[in-house]
Parts: sequence; C-alpha cells; structure tokens
Amino acid sequence: MAYQDTLITDDISAYLDERENKNLLRFITCGSVDDGKSTLIGRLLYDRKLLYEDQLDAIEKQNINSGMQNRDINFASLVDGLAAEREQGITIDVAYRYFSTKKRNFIVADTPGHEQYTRNMATGASNADLAIILINARKGILEQTKRHSYIASLLGIKHIGVAINKMDLVDYSHDRFREIVDAFSAFSKDMGFASIQYTPMSALSGENITAKSEKMPWYDGPCFLAHLETVDTSTQTDHASFRFPVQWVNRTDANFRGYCGTIASGQIQPGTEIIVIPSGQRSAVKEIVTIDGPLEMAAQFQSVTLTLENEIDISRGDIICGIDNPAQQSDQFQAHILWFSEKKLYPGRNYLLKTPNKIVPVSITSLKHKINVNDFSKRAGKTLSLNEIGVCNLSLSSPIAFDPYKLNKTTGNFILIDRQSNETIGMGFLDFSLRRASNIVWQDLEIGKVQRAQQKHQKPAVLWFTGLSGSGKSTIANLLEQKLHDMGRHTYVLDGDNFRHGLSKDLGFTNADRVENIRRVAETAKLMSDAGLIVLVSFISPFRAERNMARRLMDDGEFIEIYVNTPIEVAEQRDVKGLYARARSGEIKNFTGIDSEYQAPQTPEIEVSTTTLPAEKAAEQIVEYLNINGFLETHT
Amino acid sequence: MHIDTDLMSSPETRQTSNVTLTHLQRLEAESIYIMREVVAQCKNPVMLYSVGKDSSVMLHLALKAFFPARPPFPLLHVDTGWKFKDMIAFRNRRIKELGLELHVHTNPNGLAQNVGPFTHGSSAHTDVMKTQGLKQALDKYKFDVAFGGARRDEEKSRAKERIFSFRNAQHRWDPKNQRPELWHNYNARVAPGESMRVFPLSNWTELDIWQYIYKESIEIPDLYFAAARPVVERGGQLIMIDDNRMPLNAGETAREKMIRFRTLGCYPLTGAVLSNATTLPEIIQEMLLTTTSERQGRLIDSDSNASMEDKKQEGYF
Repeated sequence: MAYQDTLITDDISAYLDERENKNLLRFITCGSVDDGKSTLIGRLLYDRKLLYEDQLDAIEKQNINSGMQNRDINFASLVDGLAAEREQGITIDVAYRYFSTKKRNFIVADTPGHEQYTRNMATGASNADLAIILINARKGILEQTKRHSYIASLLGIKHIGVAINKMDLVDYSHDRFREIVDAFSAFSKDMGFASIQYTPMSALSGENITAKSEKMPWYDGPCFLAHLETVDTSTQTDHASFRFPVQWVNRTDANFRGYCGTIASGQIQPGTEIIVIPSGQRSAVKEIVTIDGPLEMAAQFQSVTLTLENEIDISRGDIICGIDNPAQQSDQFQAHILWFSEKKLYPGRNYLLKTPNKIVPVSITSLKHKINVNDFSKRAGKTLSLNEIGVCNLSLSSPIAFDPYKLNKTTGNFILIDRQSNETIGMGFLDFSLRRASNIVWQDLEIGKVQRAQQKHQKPAVLWFTGLSGSGKSTIANLLEQKLHDMGRHTYVLDGDNFRHGLSKDLGFTNADRVENIRRVAETAKLMSDAGLIVLVSFISPFRAERNMARRLMDDGEFIEIYVNTPIEVAEQRDVKGLYARARSGEIKNFTGIDSEYQAPQTPEIEVSTTTLPAEKAAEQIVEYLNINGFLETHT
Repeated sequence: MHIDTDLMSSPETRQTSNVTLTHLQRLEAESIYIMREVVAQCKNPVMLYSVGKDSSVMLHLALKAFFPARPPFPLLHVDTGWKFKDMIAFRNRRIKELGLELHVHTNPNGLAQNVGPFTHGSSAHTDVMKTQGLKQALDKYKFDVAFGGARRDEEKSRAKERIFSFRNAQHRWDPKNQRPELWHNYNARVAPGESMRVFPLSNWTELDIWQYIYKESIEIPDLYFAAARPVVERGGQLIMIDDNRMPLNAGETAREKMIRFRTLGCYPLTGAVLSNATTLPEIIQEMLLTTTSERQGRLIDSDSNASMEDKKQEGYF
C-alpha cells in the first residue's frame, strides 16, 4: 500500500512519475522463533498508516475472538496469513508484503524462525538485497541467528540490518546492546557482508521503529525505517559480462527464429558479437525484438527476444554470452548444498539438477564435508539431513554453461529435484568446475560393444534380481546361469555377498553405504555388458531410486528387473543363513525387512513368486522371457 | 515500454549498466520471464481469463512475452452465468480482435439445477459455479498448468503463496507444505493428474496494476469507470441491478447512482463504490485516498477469517 502524500490530491501525474522512478528494495526479516519478526513488520505498517481500515477492523475482530483483553493490536497476525499460523502463533511460510514511503518502494518477505521451516526462509532470502536479522535482546545470539546469517551470506546478501529487539525486556540497557553487537560482529566477520547496521528497538512498543526512541538516548544511529530508506545496496555482486540464459526459442514461421530470455548480467546492442556456451558457436546480435519495436540496447533484468546474424543451433539451457569473459562449461563441480528434504541426501544417488533454464541428471559423487552452523567448522559426514549444509562434488550427465555463484547469482545457482516425487529437495551454489570435463573423456576404443557382443554371438543384458534376504535370488540366478551356460552363452553373476568381500568391503549397511554399494555394482554390470556379457546381478537392492539409477545407466532395453517376491514371513522362516534370527535379536542392525525398508518394484519386467513357483520353474520362466524378447537369438 | 535513461545521474544507478529499469519495467520483465518459463517447461498450459483488470494486464503481458508469435496457449473463462453483461460483451470483442483461442466453461450440473447467488447463497454459488466449474474445465482439457492473475497484496493467504503453486490430483493446495521456490529457478514438474497454478502478477500491487494500465493504455471494461447505474443498497454494499434476475426485497428500491467497481466478479456478489472517477488518473487518485482494501467489494471473503485460504485449498484460484 502507498503512503499518503499531498501530491496525490495536488498533482496525481507528478505523484505517479515520482513513484515509478523510486528505487525498489527487497528485504527479508529472519532470525529465531519469538524474536518478533512478524511483530516488527506489523508494527511498521501500522505506524506508517500503511494498513487499510478494513484490515484493522478484521484484526481487532480476531483479537476479540482470541480472547485478548485490551484493544492492543496483534501485529503478528497482520502477516501470519495462514489459519494454522494464527492457531499455533508461529510463522510457517514466508509472507510477502508491499509498501512504499516517500523515498522507496519495498517488498518485504517475513520468513519463519523455526529450524523446521528453513527452506521457507531460504525461499524468501533468495531474492533479497538486504536481510534484517532479529535478535531477542534477552536471549542473545542463538543457533538460528547463526544459521540464518550463514544462509544470507551463502546467498550473497551483502547488506545486513541486525535488529536487536525486545530492548524493553532488558531495561533498554546500552551494555546489553554492546554485548550483542560484539558477539555478532565476531561470528560474522568472515561472512563477506559489506554493511551491517545494528539497531536497538522494541517492535511491540514501537521504540526506534519509525522514529528515534527517547528511551535509548545512547543510540546515535538511524531508526529502523530510516535505515531501510537509506541503505545503499547498489554494491554490485554479479559481474558485468553479458549473460543471456536462453529460456525458449520463438519460431513463429520459417522466417523468424528468436531466442527468448531475461538478461542475467551485462548489456547488449545490435551488432554485439556473442558466443554460445556450451557449444562455443559464435555470431552477432541482429535485433533486440519487442512488441513495442526493436531496442537500441538492453540490459540486466530485461526480458527480450534476440535474433542473430547467423543460423546457429541454440536451444533452451544454452547461455548466450559476450565474447569477452564468456561463461564456462563443465559437467563436474564442487558446490555448496542446503538440503530441504526429510529423506537424506546420499552420495551416489541420482537426482535432477535444475539451473534456471536447464534440467540435467546429477549424482553427488562425494560429500567433502558438512558445515556446523554453530561455529562454521567443517565436519565429516556421509549424508546430509534436513536443513544441513554441505560441500559436495557433483557429476552431471551432460555439461552445462555456468559461472561460479559468487560471480553471478543467476548463472551459478541450481536446485535439486527428487526424480520420483518431483519435489524441490535442495538448493545449490556452484563453486567451481573440477575441470575433469575437458580432461577425462570416455576413451573411444577401436573394438566396441557391438563387436564384442558379435564375437560372442549374443545380445548383452543385465538381469537385475531384487528381493529380501533369503527370498531365493541367488538360487534362481545360479540355476539360470547354468541354463544359459549350457546354451553357450557368456555370463557372469554379480552376487551381493561376494561383492562385499572385495570391491565393497569398505562399506557397511547404513542407507548411505547401501546406495554406494549399488552404484558400484551397477557401474560394474555396465562395464560387463559393454564387454558383451549377459550379467546376472543378485542384490537385495532395497531402494527404488538406486534400481532406477542402474536402469538409466544401461542402454535402452538392456536392463531387466526381476522381482523375486517372497513375503517376509516366508523368507524369515527359511532363514538359510540365520541372519533373520540375529537381526531379530538386535545383533545385526539395519537389516532389510526388519529395521530397514524394502521398496518393492512397481513395474518389474519379470516377477517370480517363490511361494507358488519352485526355483527351477522360476529360472525357466526367465529363459522364456529372454527368448520371447529376442535376447537368445543367435547374433552373427 | 521504452527504457528510461533519465536516471543516469541517480546515485542508485548500478555502475555496471547504463540503463536502470523502473519499478514497473522490472515487474513487467519478471512476469514475462514467468510466462515463458511455463511455456518452456509444461505440456499443456492455459491462461485463466476472468475479464477483469488483472486479466487484462496478464493478457497484455502474454502478448509481449511471445511476440511476434501469439501466446502459445488458449484462454479459459469459467463463466458462472452471473457475470456483468458488459464483461461478456467486452470479453467477446477483445478475443475476436486479438484472434485468440478462448474456452468458455459453465458447470453443466449447476446450470441444470439453476444454481445462482439469490437462490443458493453466495458461498454455494461460488463453490458450484466457480470452484467446481474451474476444476471440471481443467480436467476436461487436461491442462497441466493454469495461469491466474492473483496478486500477493490482495489478501493474507495469497501473500503466502508461491508463484508456481503446486496442486495435487484433486486440485488441492497444501499451504503448510509448499515447494521451496529459490531465486527465479522454478520447478514446474508434476506427475500425471497433478498440476500447477502460476501467478505471474504475484509481486504487483493494485497501484502497480492501475499505473501500468495507464502507462500502456490497456483496455479494460467500462464498469471500472464511474457512470450512472441502477443500484440497491443491501447488507452495507451497493449492488448493481444488471438484469431482471435480481429480486428486490421489501423496502428496497433501485436508484441511479454514480458508481464504479474496483473489482469485477458475479454482479450480485460485487459491491460498487460511489465515485465520480471517469479517467484512469482519477481512479488512481481515488484509490490512493480510500482507506478500504480492494477485496472488500467481494462478498465471499468475509464469511470467516480463513475464508480465502479454505477456498484455495478446495481448488479456487
């Protein structure tokens, strides 16, 4: 809402001109629970008469309903817009509010303080130029204060306002204020903030919010609103080189081919030479097309359509760059990741990585370390849990154009997406290329998979047996291998137990280790199929995500998932190796089916039920499948 | 929109570029980016077109985003059968002039049962004709994304909603478990049956909308401008008599008054304001001097505190 101004009545056009040319500040309020973030924003809007009468009426009505004794305004309820938030008196998700003063237009994102909702804080912070970090004067700096400060720093927010709130609860003590200032400046010294403004205040009683407080004469800085109106956030964090991530190719007819996008940095004019990353093709800008006519120039943040002098192949995901200092390209990175999901991040598992304009399958090849937000120290770890921050190495299935996040927020950011649920499960910051993309290329050998398979007169395949321990996987795989061997086929069985004696003997049975174990066997199976073999993999492989990863690794049609379906009761009764008994007694931890999950395949190529079908018959059923699907034809 | 280079001397000018976009230019660029992102990521988008000022702005932005192509998606109007006559006339004329594809959907069950605000009450009418009608239409054409013109400054639960807002197969919104939305990196992936509602005008305020309409000379229905129109006063609101389906209560008389509308919906559910504002600057001036918020003219919000949130959870826009 707008502030009241005499220009509105005197000269509306002048008012509108002035408004349009005012600069916009996007900021967030963050910090721990109960530090008074929502109250601060509610108070600011109220004091500056930025609320409508019916909003005020509605608030007063609510306060009467919630049994409040006086007509004090519940400021927080002005921003806590969800029913669940008002019921529980907490902020769950970020609320966006819009207001303006004589000097500036503002968008404020009021973000939640609970650690559980860190992803929503990050959502609000990711587009902010300034972060207001609230601190409860009585409680001082808490873990959430540090977590939010660190996330703000990671996001590249350069300007910070530290709002030391609830000063009324510490008798407006100058000493207490100084203590907190010292503590904050000590822990934040390496966070790269360009400016920090400390303001003592009481949002509830309105001290130092929109005017200087008389209760704290010792404070000589600006009040909260004055800081918002004057803070200079123009310090440019993104570099000035031209970056135009291509969003969509506009092909109206045979004669028009334009590239749509929003300029991430720099500027461009017709005639400017460009280079397309990752392809490396060059051309020059022919025209900057808009509905209002071609432009002489376009710059950062503008959404335009470019046509080029030459016909070159450009698609969504490419970045059009200036020829001076173009973006880099790579498929191997180090990156910082903030994890949002209840399901842990496991190195080796496959996810989708999305840059603003491209989606690429990715696997986290290693977790180098986690970051402890309490003292920002590095900690070793094998997984990332909800709200944890880690430094990881990533391997993408194809190269992308990028800049390090520190140099360009748009071309250096990514999100991670779960392949099954499509949820956004993490955010990431590209640090640098591991530079392997250009060094380690797949060696193309003279003799290929086709030649090797031909020599063996067979079609390679990976027969992937999955099922509980004791379900009969290995028994069936053995029988099948004998049959195939008798038919003159070249085979190999990769068995879970045997594999752990060698290639995976460094791994245990935690979820993280299971994921890595499956990654290794899948890669091994892939090499063997490349050698022309029919590979039989007999692994419990309890997680759908890893089996899907293995499937994607193989050539189309080569992966045959065989679900050996044996109910846990039956497998436990058999207990060939005595493992179930040991798991039940607690001697073995993380045992699939007992205290570790088994995710049954949803659409396996073959399903055998060992309760109704003897192992011999099951092996025959699989031979029949291979026959019908052409795997046993003699290839010459 | 031309680029304003008068700001070169401003201390706020970023040193690295020679042009600074104005507030409205930034909003425009952001909305265009959002629309293109939907078209690039999704299979079968549709733009909800409700004929009001926000829809007019959204359509104007879509024309810009895909120029010289036409917007590569159809429009959808969920017609409750109770819209102002002038809205329907305006809609039909604009669609024809622009040569766009428009689907009009009216809930056939509601139509068969003659559901209307006078006979069934405002909330039943809105649920059947608007919310259910919308869900039917989305299912019928299997749209996986629908653009809506909602803004975050309209109402407190809208202030909480993502720009790309996920809906499950039942079209439900789960406000307590929204997808994180980082930077301008939007995740529009959905499984079959699930969908997205996308709000390109999320960051616009009511004043931005009016100022943009003024600057860009965007056509909007005449109902936004003051004129003498027949109204009755009912429940503290001025309701315009748009056709003879409106029964007058005892003691009510229709009077001609200079009125206009700040928001347009079903005529029996949309309160008018007394006004002499016949030009855009006058409307903007009046808006800035009033002290009630825009949605107050819509009767459906005031039923209960969480009203809009409840409706949104059910699949309302």
